[in-house]
Amino acid sequence: MQQIPLEQALGLSALLFAIGAFGVVIRRNAIILFMCIELMLNAVNLAFVAFSPRSGVQGQVFVFFVIAVAAAEAAVGLAIIISVFRHKESVDIKNFSLLRW
Amino acid sequence: MIILFWFFAVLAVSSALLTVTRKNPVASAIWLIATFFCLAAIYTLLGAFFIGIIQILVYAGAIMILFIFVIMLLNLGNDYEPDIRGHVWKVVAGGTSLVIAALLARAFSGELPAPLGHVAGPASLAAQTADRGTVGVIAIPLYTDYMVPLQFTAVLLLAAVVGAVVLAKRKV
Repeated sequence: MQQIPLEQALGLSALLFAIGAFGVVIRRNAIILFMCIELMLNAVNLAFVAFSPRSGVQGQVFVFFVIAVAAAEAAVGLAIIISVFRHKESVDIKNFSLLRW
Repeated sequence: MIILFWFFAVLAVSSALLTVTRKNPVASAIWLIATFFCLAAIYTLLGAFFIGIIQILVYAGAIMILFIFVIMLLNLGNDYEPDIRGHVWKVVAGGTSLVIAALLARAFSGELPAPLGHVAGPASLAAQTADRGTVGVIAIPLYTDYMVPLQFTAVLLLAAVVGAVVLAKRKV
């Protein structure tokens, strides 16, 4: 079975991470910010998986932990968004400036 | 293999770009699911079969259902307001992602760290997969070497469940 070159997989990972960061800066909808963060987590997972043929199966075990933490983060984050929505009737982060100077 | 990888890579990048640029949150979520499926295919091509299935089950299945559920619950799919920032922010965002991509390219093109611990290499991974099975190759290290982190993950998930219920409930 032909191997996929490590550089190409890492390049894809870097590109997806950059797209996720772009999204986090450019959007104001809190839910879409969360989705961009999930995209960045996935890019990191891809780097872990890409390294695992070279560096041993530990990379895949780490991906497992990252997925578990991402699930916890999504659950708590969406609960926070729901409870903020109850007060502000909005998910736009320009309205969440209570703690900003 | 390489052709399949490029096919899914182009698909993943384009659906990620669509995720970031769509105005409707529901469309964003759907494109993000498409990205996750492409990434699952790439994990499979890289030899991580179990992670590929977990990616579909947990990410595309559980987490994205949660996202879409919240979008529907808050009724954001119908009367969404445009939320993409102005031109200055677009320049800032482009600069940020360029800097991050350049830093990552520099880190990845430099001297890569030596393999961790014991045996490594594509042949060793293939042999381990043949020996222990697709699930066992992850499960055996997970339940032996990584037992303590696994237990901590269980506690974290419990805390997250309780925290999510407390935060989202109207009256505690």
